[in-house]
Amino acid sequence: MKIAYYPGCSLHATAKEFDLSTRAVCAALSVELAEIEDWNCCGATAAHALSDALAIGLAGRNLALAAQQNMKDLLAPCAACFGRLKYAAKALGAGRGELPESLDAQAAAGVKVRNILDVLLNVVGVERIKQQVSKPISGLRPAAYYGCFLVRPPEIAEFDDPENPTSMEQILEAVGAQPVEWHHRVECCGGSLAVTNTASAVRLVGEILAHAKSAGANCVAVACPMCQTNLDTRQAAAATRLGGELDLPVVYITELVGLAFGIEPAKLGLRRHMVDAMRLTRIAFSKPAELAATGG
Amino acid sequence: MRRVGVFVCWCGTNIAKTVDVQKVAAEAARLPGVVYATDYRYVCSEPGQKIVRDAIGEHNLDAVVVAACSPAMHEATFQRCIADAGLNPYVFQMANIREQCSWVHSDRELATAKALDQTAIAVGAAAKGKPLMRSEIPITKRALIIGGGIAGIQAALDIADAGYQVALVERQPSIGGRMAQFDKTFPTMDCSACILTPKMVDAARHPNIALHTWSEVESVSGYVGNFEVTIRKRARSVNLEKCTGCGICEEKCPSKVPSEFDAGLGMRRAVFRPFPQAVPNVPVIDRENCRYFKTGKCGICAKLCPAEAVDYDQGDELLKEKFGAVVVATGCDLYDPARMGEYGGGRFADVITGEQFERLVNVGGPTDGHIVRPSDHREPKTVVFIQCVGSRDDTKGYPYCSRVCCMYTAKHAILVKEKLPDAQVYIFYMDIRAAGKNYEEFVRRAQEELGVKYLRGRVSRIYPEGDKLRVKGADSLAGVAVEIDADLVVLATALRARDDVAEVARMLSIQTDQYGFFAEAHPKLRPVENLFAGIYLAGACQYPRDIPDTVAAASAAAAKVCVLFSRDSILSEPMIAEVNQARCSGCLTCEEVCPFDAIEATVITDMFTREKRTVAKVNEAVCQGCGGCVAACRSAALNLRGFTDEQVLAGMEALCRE
Repeated sequence: MKIAYYPGCSLHATAKEFDLSTRAVCAALSVELAEIEDWNCCGATAAHALSDALAIGLAGRNLALAAQQNMKDLLAPCAACFGRLKYAAKALGAGRGELPESLDAQAAAGVKVRNILDVLLNVVGVERIKQQVSKPISGLRPAAYYGCFLVRPPEIAEFDDPENPTSMEQILEAVGAQPVEWHHRVECCGGSLAVTNTASAVRLVGEILAHAKSAGANCVAVACPMCQTNLDTRQAAAATRLGGELDLPVVYITELVGLAFGIEPAKLGLRRHMVDAMRLTRIAFSKPAELAATGG
Repeated sequence: MRRVGVFVCWCGTNIAKTVDVQKVAAEAARLPGVVYATDYRYVCSEPGQKIVRDAIGEHNLDAVVVAACSPAMHEATFQRCIADAGLNPYVFQMANIREQCSWVHSDRELATAKALDQTAIAVGAAAKGKPLMRSEIPITKRALIIGGGIAGIQAALDIADAGYQVALVERQPSIGGRMAQFDKTFPTMDCSACILTPKMVDAARHPNIALHTWSEVESVSGYVGNFEVTIRKRARSVNLEKCTGCGICEEKCPSKVPSEFDAGLGMRRAVFRPFPQAVPNVPVIDRENCRYFKTGKCGICAKLCPAEAVDYDQGDELLKEKFGAVVVATGCDLYDPARMGEYGGGRFADVITGEQFERLVNVGGPTDGHIVRPSDHREPKTVVFIQCVGSRDDTKGYPYCSRVCCMYTAKHAILVKEKLPDAQVYIFYMDIRAAGKNYEEFVRRAQEELGVKYLRGRVSRIYPEGDKLRVKGADSLAGVAVEIDADLVVLATALRARDDVAEVARMLSIQTDQYGFFAEAHPKLRPVENLFAGIYLAGACQYPRDIPDTVAAASAAAAKVCVLFSRDSILSEPMIAEVNQARCSGCLTCEEVCPFDAIEATVITDMFTREKRTVAKVNEAVCQGCGGCVAACRSAALNLRGFTDEQVLAGMEALCRE
């Protein structure tokens, strides 16, 4: 199965570990990822606020290129890219926006845009994932955090339930983890305010992580570079504000899946986190009972 | 030769401002067939109508044209007027020079020319008009009432008291409907069962009312005065005559199922009465959940019944009966709170609906009337009510207001304060709609005497925090975000149309609106009738409403039925389709096209060949005169009386003559 791969700005830079782990996991599952030639920025940060035409055009060009390069499915691991590309596909399909003449807008509209959870659950399937697991990560109790763009707005994302999603939990269970039951899975982390109103972002990050911790989590699983950056880099400040320890590694779900597939942690990017995530390798493969005994 | 009179109306300035009505009258006088034409300020008024009647007499008119407003407005008025002057009401044509001319144009010259054209068409059609006679349709003076809630019960009692026979059909094992589920009713705080049960008993004992519970109306055909109905009396598996209502079967039944009556908060047995005051006080066996019917084992109820009333071999009974009128009182259903994922309804045990709260606080309910949290049965110290869950919401719910929730939430809040005086009670609202008699005072009492805290704002999220529920909302009047840790949250969910309204509507040939509520004939002036003659509406199946309005509507529908039954026959509407059987080829396309099932095949002896052949026949009592068949007929065999092909063509010729 060959899927067009759209890394966007983040996966080549600050979210390198998402790129590494996604490629490693897809390779293990025989999903061929072909990075789109000459892809451009999807416009997630500012385009939609400035001009609808620009938003559709920027994102739409990538879809047209994918179609031109003979690919009908597109994987955008970054949730914001996913949202913007899907928006453009729908808009072009409805006759809105335009692309340069050399590109086929209808073909662009026909490209199926997917996020990594969609690919794992609906293209690969839980059974195939289970088959690939060689080291179930039963010692991990991840709190699955969805953030915004993966499931909202519902009429654009068209994926999972916007208030009570379960796709990450399904994947985590398939690789042996014990995702915790908690209720801040779609709460705002203040990511969009991280620079303009950092204090609010720190407060919101603290609330999310504190709830994850009190639900019994020993790590947080995400599927979006913005979520990861915010919950990881602001964790220390949030902990200080709360006056206690948080100490929750924030990792991409593909890093956890990769661990369960027996892939080397370094190859998954596990060393690249602010809150140390390498320690997860020490507890990941314990049985839950052992873990409880050692207080992990 | 026709003698047509034309009356052009000013309608004050409505028409005269844009159309030169005097010129229209002057020009109309010169049209072929017109012997008299005049204009007047308000032709529909008493003096205006007198002018028409006097002109008919003085000028010996045999057809009348009024150029004025829409026929939907005053056709009937003028038909009565000319009938009073001795003319057949159907030699009348109306030219709509108001809604179709003066109200939509501004150029006086062009509008006047158009008004004259419209008048010419009407004169052409009037010249070809024929007098029409109405025929008599006999009426069967028995009423069918579908639905045994308070609406159905009230309508049944009123019609039965008037001396007519009534069949009351209810799908549940007992009549009573929603009122049986309630605890107290606003604004009087009457016990709902106490005011309902006497009416239930009256309905059961009334000599003119035949009660059919655990039954459904399966098919309805026919027309006003002559409906043919099939009622399916489902097998109760208990003999109605032998059962004494002792309740031993229910007590001993081993199968427990979530109780629909308790909105899922409690359990019932497979052999059950929905509530202790059920009428009839005879249980039914829910065969889908009964061990005996599923596995052949058990049979305890039959063994223990002292009256030997359990009968597993009972089958459904089909009754075929005739009725003259049908009253639809099927009630409504409630919004599923799971559709508001952010509130956790359906997921968190202590987030319940208003219906569930009603059962909680009812002494006959699953907790004997103690207000406790479903999760741990502890008394709540903080209760939060949220109004408008699914109402006034065009993203996740319905745009309309459900009308009763502001009042019943205030009622619930008062009940909490009365039973748990130390509890804190908050209500999140958008607006307070308390527009009934003593309603505003009732809400004030909750606020001022009982200390219920009203917060104007929406709730964005509810999630468990420890063993409480954190409610995050806003107080828009104070301009702050609000967080409350509640022990119990009650959602006032929207009232919505039942899931099977499309089938019911099809069965009765009635319409629903975009929400599934049944449509009335006119929203202002004919609120309890349907466009299909003989079918009446009562209660929440038409729109969310409270008990006083429901009872009023039920009595209104009953009154309409009594009007229908007060005569032995009714007069049919003569502007209907007729078949020229000599021309009819018997293709029966018209039968397929007719939305009212008013056309059927019939066999005649051809007058030329003397052979038998099939032709179409119009049932004059059912035909609504829509003209669909006339348009579909390939042989031009069908014509619409009062609006014949000849009249239409004559109108066109008159127009083109200019």
